[in-house]
Amino acid sequence: MEQNVIITDEVIENIGILAKINPENEMEAMKKDMEEILGFVNKLAELDTENVKPMSHIYDVFNVLREDKVVCEDKHNEMLSNAPETENGYFKVPKSI
Amino acid sequence: MKQYEKVIGLEVHVELNTNTKIFCGCSTKFGAKPNSQTCPVCMAMPGTLPVLNEKVVKHAVAVGLATNCRISEFSRFDRKNYFYPDNPQNYQISQLYMPICHDGYVEVETDCGMKRIGIHEIHMEEDAGKLIHDDKTGCSLIDFNRAGVPLIEIVSEPDMSSADEVIAYLEKLRLIIKYLGVSDCKLNEGSMRADVNISVREVSCNGEKMPYGTRTEMKNLNSFRAIRHAIENEASRQIEVIENGGHVIMETRRWDEENGKSYPMRSKEDSKDYRYFPDPDLMPLILSKEYINKVAENRPEFREEKIARYVNEYKIPKYDAGILTLNVAMTGIFEETVKLCGLPKKVSNWLLGETMRLIKESETDPEDINVSPEKLSTIIKMCENGSINNTVAKEVFEKVFYENTDPEEYIKTNNLLMESKKEELASIIDTVLSENGKSVDDYRNGKDRAFGFLVGQVMKATKGKANPAVINKLLMEKLKS
Amino acid sequence: MELMDLTAKKAVEMIKNKEISATELVKAHISQIEKKEDILNSFISLDMENALTEAKKTDEMIGRGEDAGALAGIPIAVKDNICTEGLRTTCGSKMLESFVPSYDAEVVRRIRKAGAIIIGKTNMDEFAMGNSTETSAYGVCRNPRNTDLVPGGSSGGSCAAVASCESMLALGSDTGGSVRQPAAFCGVVGIKPTYGTVSRYGLVSYGSSLEQVGPVAKTVEDCALTLDVISGYDRKDSTSVKREYGFSDMTGQSIKGMKIAVPISSGAVVDNDICKNMEETVYKLKNAGAIVEEIEMTLDDYVVPAYYTIASAEASSNLSRFDGVKYGYRNNNYEDLHKMYKNTRTVGFGTEVKRRIMLGTFALSSGYYEDYYLRAMKVRALIAEEYKNVFDNYDVIMTPVSPVKPWNIGEGAKLPVETYKKDIFTIAANLTGMPAISVPTGLYEEGIPSAVQFMADCFKETNIIKVAHIIETV
Repeated sequence: MEQNVIITDEVIENIGILAKINPENEMEAMKKDMEEILGFVNKLAELDTENVKPMSHIYDVFNVLREDKVVCEDKHNEMLSNAPETENGYFKVPKSI
Repeated sequence: MKQYEKVIGLEVHVELNTNTKIFCGCSTKFGAKPNSQTCPVCMAMPGTLPVLNEKVVKHAVAVGLATNCRISEFSRFDRKNYFYPDNPQNYQISQLYMPICHDGYVEVETDCGMKRIGIHEIHMEEDAGKLIHDDKTGCSLIDFNRAGVPLIEIVSEPDMSSADEVIAYLEKLRLIIKYLGVSDCKLNEGSMRADVNISVREVSCNGEKMPYGTRTEMKNLNSFRAIRHAIENEASRQIEVIENGGHVIMETRRWDEENGKSYPMRSKEDSKDYRYFPDPDLMPLILSKEYINKVAENRPEFREEKIARYVNEYKIPKYDAGILTLNVAMTGIFEETVKLCGLPKKVSNWLLGETMRLIKESETDPEDINVSPEKLSTIIKMCENGSINNTVAKEVFEKVFYENTDPEEYIKTNNLLMESKKEELASIIDTVLSENGKSVDDYRNGKDRAFGFLVGQVMKATKGKANPAVINKLLMEKLKS
Repeated sequence: MELMDLTAKKAVEMIKNKEISATELVKAHISQIEKKEDILNSFISLDMENALTEAKKTDEMIGRGEDAGALAGIPIAVKDNICTEGLRTTCGSKMLESFVPSYDAEVVRRIRKAGAIIIGKTNMDEFAMGNSTETSAYGVCRNPRNTDLVPGGSSGGSCAAVASCESMLALGSDTGGSVRQPAAFCGVVGIKPTYGTVSRYGLVSYGSSLEQVGPVAKTVEDCALTLDVISGYDRKDSTSVKREYGFSDMTGQSIKGMKIAVPISSGAVVDNDICKNMEETVYKLKNAGAIVEEIEMTLDDYVVPAYYTIASAEASSNLSRFDGVKYGYRNNNYEDLHKMYKNTRTVGFGTEVKRRIMLGTFALSSGYYEDYYLRAMKVRALIAEEYKNVFDNYDVIMTPVSPVKPWNIGEGAKLPVETYKKDIFTIAANLTGMPAISVPTGLYEEGIPSAVQFMADCFKETNIIKVAHIIETV
């Protein structure tokens, strides 16, 4: 039971805004692919998952904590050197409108 | 015109004063060079992973307990996804589905009486970096030193209906958190930030509750004054919209205190769809009863307890205790000073009198005052044993307050000790006696009031710098001889 | 015997006994790289000069009689989504073409400490999203057994490097089969350890809740030896599990009485030769004393859709840090911040990566979260439950690694779903956390390697290593 999913222009535009991706010339193909994949994923709806607890972690490991102690190798210059644009030790980006 | 009431809820962010960031070992100290307090983890370098700071959990639980919250036995972190350059991951690690504390309340007092303000939840999350906008170049510069500093967000129920209540609620939260010692809670420095959710609804004549109106969220409120202005302004704006037959739009608005106006913050590119989901890089927290009890046991003395103890142990009036305990720094100075010189009522007088006066005069935050218990106790002791008189003491204290002067040294260099003035005082008394022969006679004839007059004259001649007890003693000797 | 034909285990022994030097061994592999790399393209970056320097240091240490480590002098290739300090780490993407980490991944720290010598960073599907190493921004990688064929993926470079003796060992990463499937295609051994066994710190995240770094080697024993080195608790990774690990001494043990389950494939269309290979392997296992039984799995059809929903959702968030601000590529065509983000990500990511980011964004977005992401996480719980139940009665599950043999480069499935369905056998281990190994069983008629997969309950690596070692030796 693989249901049809229709990805409208509005939906794909919204996803593009959220994901900061704008595949203008691939848009139609992207829509088609997503419809196909989501149709395939819809198979999951066949199962009764009403009372199933979602599995967000594999094991019952919990309370992984760290002591509040400063441990920091100063490598900020190396990190800055990876940036596309910097100024006076700051990362630089165009302004958002 | 119809009557409206305001419905207000608050989201209060409090920066916790841990040594390190919430998910990495970087220092949280203020004032470092840009980006110097960063590491691959808080810079979201590829492949790096977060590990939770245990202090953050402890602090969050402490605040939860102090605000009558239930502490979640099971809680978890979620990712809040949105693109903005102050957040290196482009998602904020926060808690949506299972916050650490929930369903609490605090009681606040305003002119209208006591009121219980519900707390919906408290959750842990990370702070963002700082963006500096440069209008000239049209660019922004980013400093990630604050990125990853731990925050708790305290979300209230929409239980407030006036700016007064909002401010009382914030004052109350601040006091609780300052007592716990887990944050500086400074609105102007951003270690406490409040976003105000506000809507208005009609008040029906029969007292029936009308449904909530559409709310807006006000941001950029950096002072109590701004909060008050923003609430009044936004309520009026919403009422006007409704009265004109329009609808309030659910939106986030930025308050501009300078112009006394708010502006919508929305743009097409800033979607509110945060796509929260459990962070797979962090394991859940399971807090045992023992853990929670331990945090509860280790909590410091709260205000009500301090008031009772001050009254019992130090025998100071309840009124004094009430005011002293409004400020944690003040209670510290009070208790330490009493340890050094005893005399709790005297110490309290100094704090409630001179100290408060100078705080007001200098518009200092009481937290930042420069009065060490050592210096205050020195002044009080010298005053008590007659080394200096009250007027000198006040002068010295003012010096200490403003310039952090050493009191003993100041007294010495300015020759303010009573002892060194004894001879000078004797000759002043001689002059006063010779100039006031009538009063001397009156006194000797049994008119006690004349003695007081003579003391006053001596005081006047010394410009108030003499110790009245010493004057009394010397004058008595002279009159009897 | 040529140096390159040695196992790592033997080579370490010989280096420590000064029968051969680390320098010789590294040089032999470098000359192999020089011979093969033009055609294979297993590597994105090579670090040969540094490798020789390190080899010299190892030889000096041994000369001084010091302990040079469990992998002393062994050339190792590291997948290019595992961070190496000072050595470019691209994830096979244009997005990170110039990214040089200032830190080592925990696994890299461990292999360096054990004396292994990193000779280069291997080719891969972009951000590990693919099963053919064709989506790399640095050119396709070829299968050393037949260079017309794909090596599999996404750790295609790591497996090709080991299969062609360009490296003795390699590290890959496995989010949905990315170590095991290329290992099968190239005829080498690959392990996906139990989730939490190997630190993920420094492995560039794709599907955080699914992936592990895994070893690739020519033999089960070498794989286990490498796993010994890289496994263990790491406080930098909150999902790391504190326990004692030890794998290499599990080889050479009997499997007499071991209970092995073989699921009857429900939905998947499996290549005839692969089915035959399964039957032959069952026969071998029975001969070795194992009890092999067919079982029915009811949820097989849901494994692939659940996986792609979860992996894409996590990826959409994990990959949002690639934005042209802090590191990596920035597109120069922009008027404002949002245009910069969009142009950078639209040009910097390849099509498959964008497809999964958009799919994952959709699966988490308001109005769809419950029907996609949350439902997939619930189905994941059901699948884990079903496998748990199998392990109540069996020690090991055996399946094919892939339903198909390696295909010709450029001739893979055209529809994404058809490509995804090829992961049917490997994905369950990632959804449930259980360990799995891909081990060669020989060659098909046309000379392409054949392989099977063994899976065990979480932290029962010992079972799959034991059985894989038997299969390798009979």
